[in-house]
Amino acid sequence: MTPRRRVARVLAPLLLGALALAGWEAAVAAWAIPPYILPGPALVARTMVAEWPGLRDAAWVTLGITAMALAAAVVLGVALAVVFAQSRWIEDALFPYAVVLQVTPVVAIAPLVIIWTRNDVVLALLVCAWIVAFFPILSNTTIGLRAVDRNLEDLFRLSGASRMQTLLRLRLPSALPYFFAGLRVSGGLALIGAVVAEFVAGTGGSASGLAYVILESGYRLQIPKMFAALALVSAIGIAIFLLLGLVAHLALRRWHETAGAGEDP
Amino acid sequence: MSVAPLVALRGVGKRFASGVRALDGLDLEVGAREFLSLLGPSGCGKSTALRLVAGLAEPSEGRIEWAGGAASRAPGEIGFVFQEPTLMPWASALANAMLPMRLAGVGRAEAEARAAAALAAVGLSGFEHAVPRELSGGMRMRVSIARALATRPRILLMDEPFAALDEITRWKLNDDLLALWAAQRFTVVFVTHSVFESVYLSQRVVAMTARPGRAAGEVRLDEPAPREPGFRTSARYAAQCREVSGLLAAATAEAAP
Repeated sequence: MTPRRRVARVLAPLLLGALALAGWEAAVAAWAIPPYILPGPALVARTMVAEWPGLRDAAWVTLGITAMALAAAVVLGVALAVVFAQSRWIEDALFPYAVVLQVTPVVAIAPLVIIWTRNDVVLALLVCAWIVAFFPILSNTTIGLRAVDRNLEDLFRLSGASRMQTLLRLRLPSALPYFFAGLRVSGGLALIGAVVAEFVAGTGGSASGLAYVILESGYRLQIPKMFAALALVSAIGIAIFLLLGLVAHLALRRWHETAGAGEDP
Repeated sequence: MSVAPLVALRGVGKRFASGVRALDGLDLEVGAREFLSLLGPSGCGKSTALRLVAGLAEPSEGRIEWAGGAASRAPGEIGFVFQEPTLMPWASALANAMLPMRLAGVGRAEAEARAAAALAAVGLSGFEHAVPRELSGGMRMRVSIARALATRPRILLMDEPFAALDEITRWKLNDDLLALWAAQRFTVVFVTHSVFESVYLSQRVVAMTARPGRAAGEVRLDEPAPREPGFRTSARYAAQCREVSGLLAAATAEAAP
């Protein structure tokens, strides 16, 4: 990518964002829209600063649950994918249940999860976010473990490679690009899972995240604070997306096309 | 054949699960240190024959006999070069060339030294740490050959290795392969659909019939390795190509319905 194109890719969305914010501010002022319907961006920013300690703590809770759920999704998704790759039988037997977990809305499962986790709210949120996040990693990694160059597989056989050697030296590296594609999707889903689960579970008390702030502010008609929390959720989502993109880029840049110029974070 | 064959295929047939008969009654003897080409049209079962020799597939009929018994098929005794370079895209040229040795349990230091020597032998000194993406098509094929030779195999099986390369690169690799063969004296079974390539490289060309494939006839060629300069444009080369072409045409006609 040329330097000019690089600059344009960063500058264009920033410019558009600035224009939109300015237009929003102007519209709120021009039509005198009351802040409990639509606060202007300046008021949201001021609220963000004023309410920062509480918002920061809530953001940490949400980020923590998201990160832990994503980590669990990576560990269990990859582990299960490796099990699937060992035999078609195991995959055929287990895959439908993974799909069931995926297609059942987390909102519908959350109350059950809360009961099963005996009101350990953090654990309940974690389980819900994990359910949402793990499937893309599982399915992508499973495909990746199977998408091995047939000739390379033959070469490993000719060299007398063990199953473990083939897994570690051939299947897992081959699956990396697929895994990272799944990871990017899962990163976003883990955040969505964490927020949705908190809406349903309604943490309250010590460990309340951004979803709780949004709910509470809504009840109290503190719409600027609601917007501030919303902005933080978006910021976390963007940060996760960029971070995972960077990790994938660093891991694959020397050998895989997806890490080429088009994917520069 | 005067010398005892290193490997012999006796009445080998291969039928796939789909019902396709790839080979039928293939008899073939490969002498130790021989450079043999298997020549035939696409889909005549040449590659299948090579995979059977390598032990990557089992014959449906007939048998494959090795001079040294089953031990001749041990890992490291057979080098295989595929149609594509078939390198691990995430690994350096050196790591790729080390792979078969590492899989066979050779220590890192020794494998590294042997792989580096093999890369040097194919003219890739200085490219040890390049990944395949950073190499040209010809260089990738060189890595693939280095990987096959690094284990010091007794037999090198090559499945149309240069078919995807441009002519200039192919000629260069032909000469380099002959030089390696002359220096290291391994056995080569070289599968190709190019009359010119088979004549240029081999001591013996076996023409195969179209599917189901079997040996239709052979031509012996005795040229010093490396080939003398100008051999490609010599009258003798042209005459030998004509002879092999005739053999191939007869083999193809024989199988036609």
